[in-house]
Amino acid sequence: MSTSSVAPRAAGAAAGSESGRVITLAQAIREALAEELRRDPRVYIMGEDVAEAGTPFKVLSGLVEEFGPTRIIDSPISEAGITGLGVGAAMTGMRPVVDIMFGDFLTLIMDQLVNQAAKVHYMSGGKLNVPMTVRTTLGATRRSAAQHSQSLHAWVSHVPGLKVVIPSTPYDAKGLLKTAIRDENPVVFFEDKMMYTLKGPVPEEEYTIPFGVADVKRAGTDITLVATSSMVQVALGAADELEKLGISAEVVDPRTLFPLDKQTLIESAKKTSRAIVVDEGYERYGVTAELASIIADGAFYYLDAPVKRMGAMDVPVPFSPVLEDQTVPTVEKVVNLAKTLCGRA
Amino acid sequence: MAQVNASQPAQHAGTSPGERERSLHMYRQMVMIRQFEEQVNQLYMSARMPGLAHLYSGEEAVAVGVCAALRRDDYITSTHRGHGHCLAKGASVDRMFAELLGKAPGYCRGKGGSMHIADQDTGNLGANAIVGGSAGIATGAAFSSKMRGSDQVAVCFFGDGAMGQGLLYEVMNMASLWKLPVIYVCENNLYNEYTHYSETTAGELAARAKGFGITTAEVDGQDAATVYETAQRLVDAARRGEGPAFLLCNTYRYYGHHVGDIQRGYYRSKEEEEHWKTDRDPIKLLGQRLVAEGVATEAELERIGTEVEAEVEAGVAFALEAEYPDPSEVDQHVYV
Repeated sequence: MSTSSVAPRAAGAAAGSESGRVITLAQAIREALAEELRRDPRVYIMGEDVAEAGTPFKVLSGLVEEFGPTRIIDSPISEAGITGLGVGAAMTGMRPVVDIMFGDFLTLIMDQLVNQAAKVHYMSGGKLNVPMTVRTTLGATRRSAAQHSQSLHAWVSHVPGLKVVIPSTPYDAKGLLKTAIRDENPVVFFEDKMMYTLKGPVPEEEYTIPFGVADVKRAGTDITLVATSSMVQVALGAADELEKLGISAEVVDPRTLFPLDKQTLIESAKKTSRAIVVDEGYERYGVTAELASIIADGAFYYLDAPVKRMGAMDVPVPFSPVLEDQTVPTVEKVVNLAKTLCGRA
Repeated sequence: MAQVNASQPAQHAGTSPGERERSLHMYRQMVMIRQFEEQVNQLYMSARMPGLAHLYSGEEAVAVGVCAALRRDDYITSTHRGHGHCLAKGASVDRMFAELLGKAPGYCRGKGGSMHIADQDTGNLGANAIVGGSAGIATGAAFSSKMRGSDQVAVCFFGDGAMGQGLLYEVMNMASLWKLPVIYVCENNLYNEYTHYSETTAGELAARAKGFGITTAEVDGQDAATVYETAQRLVDAARRGEGPAFLLCNTYRYYGHHVGDIQRGYYRSKEEEEHWKTDRDPIKLLGQRLVAEGVATEAELERIGTEVEAEVEAGVAFALEAEYPDPSEVDQHVYV
C-alpha cells in the first residue's frame, strides 16, 4: 500500500498544502473526534477498549485523557447493546459515536442499525430522529482471516434511512467524520484498517466536507477508474502505470455511497468513454454493481466499452497470504483490465 | 433483593383527595384501553382497518399502573402489543385510531401503524415490532438522561417472549453496571405468540435480572394498585440514581396473539380464558376495590364507562372521516 500523499482537489486542501502539515489517517480521525467532542457536549464515544487502550488500532489514543471516562466509554463486548444504547441516546438529545471495532461485527448490530436506527424517523412520521455515527472498519490483506477482513459497506448502503461514508484520504476522513457527527441521521463511517498509517495533507484550520460530493483524485481523458476507500490508492497506482503506457486515467472517488454523487461519475465516464469500478466489497451484488449500473445508464451513448467491475473475490477471506492476496483488486489487475478496455492488451 | 408479595393487598386507595383522583384516573384509563381495543377488533372484523393488530385487553393494569408512576417527560418504549402503553402514557384516542387506519392525522402520519406508534410529546419513544427490539432504545434513553444530568426515568415494556432475546441481557448488564434509570417491565401474559412460556423458558424469569444485580419485583399484573405502588417505588429509586429495576407482572391476554388468531384451542383452553376474564379481570377488580373502599359508587364508575365510550366512538368517527396522507408523502421522512 502506497503511503505517498494524495493531493485532494477540494478547496480546503490548499491551506493544508500551504502549511505543509501532513498527518496520518488515524490522526485525522482522532482530530475530527476531538474537535467535535470539544465543540459539542452531547458527543460521546462508546465501544470496546476505546478509552485507555485507544482501540487496538490506537486511533483513539489520548482522547480519554482529555475528555474523561464519562465521554470516552469502555463498554462490555456487546455490539448490539452499545448500538441500541446509541439509538436511544440519539433519540433523546445525545450525539453518540459508536465504535464497532471490525466491520465484520456489523452482523451483530444489524437489527439496531437496520430495523431501529434507519427507520425511527420514517416510522414516527418525522417526529423522532437518530443523529448517531457508527465508526467501523473494512479491508483485507491484514492476515486476519475470514471474520476480521470483510468490507461490508454494501449491506448498509442497501438500507433507506442510513448514510454511508467511505473516505480514502486523511483530508477526506477528517472533514467527512465531522459532517457525520453533525448530521441528524444515522451514519455508518468506514475506515480502511490498512490506511490508518497513510499520510496526507490536512490543514490546521477547521473544515468540513459535505456528503454527496465525489472527488476527482486524478484527472484523465482515456478511462475512468471509480474507486472507493482502500481501492483509491490502487486506482492511483494503476493510473501511474497506465500513464507510462500512454493511457490517461481519471480516478473518481464517490467518498459517500449514500448520498451518492451520481452526476460526477456519469460526467467522467461521458468524457473518457470507458469506466472500471473498483471496490473492496464482495463483487457479487455489491457496490461495484450499483455504481456500474448508474454509469451504464447515465453515460450509455458515450461509452466505447461495457462498464467493468472489480470487487473482492466471492470467497470468505482466507488467512494464508498466498491465498488472501488473490482476493482483492490490485494495481496489476486494474492495469490489465484498463489496457483491455482501451484496446491495448 | 426486593420482593413484593402479590397476595398482599395494597392499602392505598381513596385515603386522600390526590389518591382518589389517581385511582379514578387509573380506572378511566383502563376502561379506555379496553374499549379502544374492542373498537380495534370491530374495525378489523368489519374490514375497515388495514393489516393486523395485537390487542392489549386483559393486561390494562400493567400499562396503567406503571405509567401512573411516571411523569409526562419520562420515557417509555413499547411493543407490538402497544396500544395500552401509548394510551396510558397520554396518547389521545382519535390520533391513535387515525394511525391504525393509516390516516394523515395519525401519530406517525400513517407511516407507522398499529405496531409503531410514537409520540414524543408524551415521552413515548415508540412501539416496536421486533420482539425485545426496544430494550436498547429504552436503556439508551436512560443513559442519555444520566449524561444530561436530567432525572428522567425510562420504562421498557416487553413480554415474556422478549426474554428469549439476547439484546435484553446485553443492555440489562450495562444498565446495572452504570446504574441507569431504567425499569424493565416484563408482562408475562403466559404466551410467546402461540406457545406457552413454560415451553420456551428455562429457570425463573426474574432470576435472570437478579443475575445482573438488578432490583427485582414480581406482582399480580391484574391488580392495578399493586402494580402502581411497586412501580412508584422502583421509579423513585431509579430517579434518585439507585439504578435499574426489573418488574415482572403476571397477566393475561384475552384475545389471541393478534386479531386474526381466533382458533386458539390448540394452545390454550376456553376454561383458562374464562377464568381470567371472570375471576381475574383487572378492571372489575379495581372497580370492586374502589366501591368497597368508598372511593367511588357503582353509578360513578358507570358514568366513567359512558364518558369513555363517547370519547372512543368520537375517536373512531374522527379516524374514519380523516384524510389519507397525500401519496407524495411516501418518500418524506426517510432522512431529516
